[in-house]
Amino acid sequence: MSLDKEFKEIPGTIVFDAEQSRKGYWLNQFCMSLMKAENRARFKANERAYLDEWKMSEEQKQAVIDRDLNRMMALGGNIYFLSKIGATDGKSFQQMAGSMTGMSEQDYRDMMIKGGRSIEGNRKIGEHGDAQRPRKD
Amino acid sequence: MARITSSIYTSHIPAIGAAFDLGKTQEDYWKPVFAGYDFTKQWEKTHTPDVIFLVYNDHATAFSLQMIPTFAIMTGPEFMPADEGYGRRPVPPVIGHPELASHIASEVIQQDFDLTMVNEIDVDHGLTVPLTCVFGDVKAWPCKIIPFAVNVVQHPVPSGARCFALGQAIRKAIESYPEDLNVQVWGTGGMSHQLQGPRAGLINREWDNEFLDKLIDDPADLAKTPNIEYVREAGSEGIELVMWLIARGAMADTRGGPKPKVVHRFYHVPASNTAVGHLVLENAA
Repeated sequence: MSLDKEFKEIPGTIVFDAEQSRKGYWLNQFCMSLMKAENRARFKANERAYLDEWKMSEEQKQAVIDRDLNRMMALGGNIYFLSKIGATDGKSFQQMAGSMTGMSEQDYRDMMIKGGRSIEGNRKIGEHGDAQRPRKD
Repeated sequence: MARITSSIYTSHIPAIGAAFDLGKTQEDYWKPVFAGYDFTKQWEKTHTPDVIFLVYNDHATAFSLQMIPTFAIMTGPEFMPADEGYGRRPVPPVIGHPELASHIASEVIQQDFDLTMVNEIDVDHGLTVPLTCVFGDVKAWPCKIIPFAVNVVQHPVPSGARCFALGQAIRKAIESYPEDLNVQVWGTGGMSHQLQGPRAGLINREWDNEFLDKLIDDPADLAKTPNIEYVREAGSEGIELVMWLIARGAMADTRGGPKPKVVHRFYHVPASNTAVGHLVLENAA
């Protein structure tokens, strides 16, 4: 039984299911490797060479090099795994999450302090909330 | 016999742990977050259990995609705080209770919940941040802790109904343990938050508070909430809240006992990307 199609109808959201997990297996496992300091150092020294050690698609490798988190998510990445790239770059989780919204870091932080993004208009694709920008997938 | 005296519910936001470790608890941003735990810190001093059964999830720390257990009980003697990429948190190791954990595993599996047993694992912020919130800066945690991990990262994740029933099975298992032990069950994670995509930063204060109301008053009905509703209303990572239903299912009223007493309730937005929720329920004596 595949997941309820309603999971795909939430705007600005990619639900990490078994299918995404299969697509993103090596992308996510590459991210896990960055938990080790020596791997972070090797990755930073030559990103392309390090990525070429993994059975990732060219698109996935390019998305990593571009630090395009939305693209990485579309290609099977999961945010908890992808956050290891952010940690390697010295970024906080808030900076990473904010970077996927198209907002500036300060605007995103201010939105959170004011109570966060509203659910109104953001429950279903086709409503008129602020998370309804077209997805890059 | 072992008995469950209370349950504690709390978010486990990593930034709270980082703020604590870096001495930022009195900064304007963090002060109201930590103030929400002041009551519990005092209360817990006079209600320290022998064992905490702590329900949390691993965040791509110990479980990569190599293995994705839906429910994992930690039956080992000791667990170290994990290095999640920023170094290990400077908190004490977690001392387990292998005898009780093995008993629970055995009893719960025979009630048809197919648990994975884990003897060696590092525990991440999902487990250590709640301990910091309640116990603060200590040389050693004041009790034993049985970590219990739930997959809420890769869908399908277990339903609220399954988690609630599992909590009931855990209660039965704990109550059949012959030693006289005071046990608390903690449910962690949530509340509303989304860490990904253009919808990141979602907070649904109204839904969160209804969740707290129903968790207190009508958990059996709350358990019927389908997973899609958590993701849609409380954000893609808000699904962690199903874990609170395991702790709630372990309270006495779910098996004909009296309703628990609400000892403390707290809600605050934001901590980093997330709404902070915290609740303490005590079983009537």
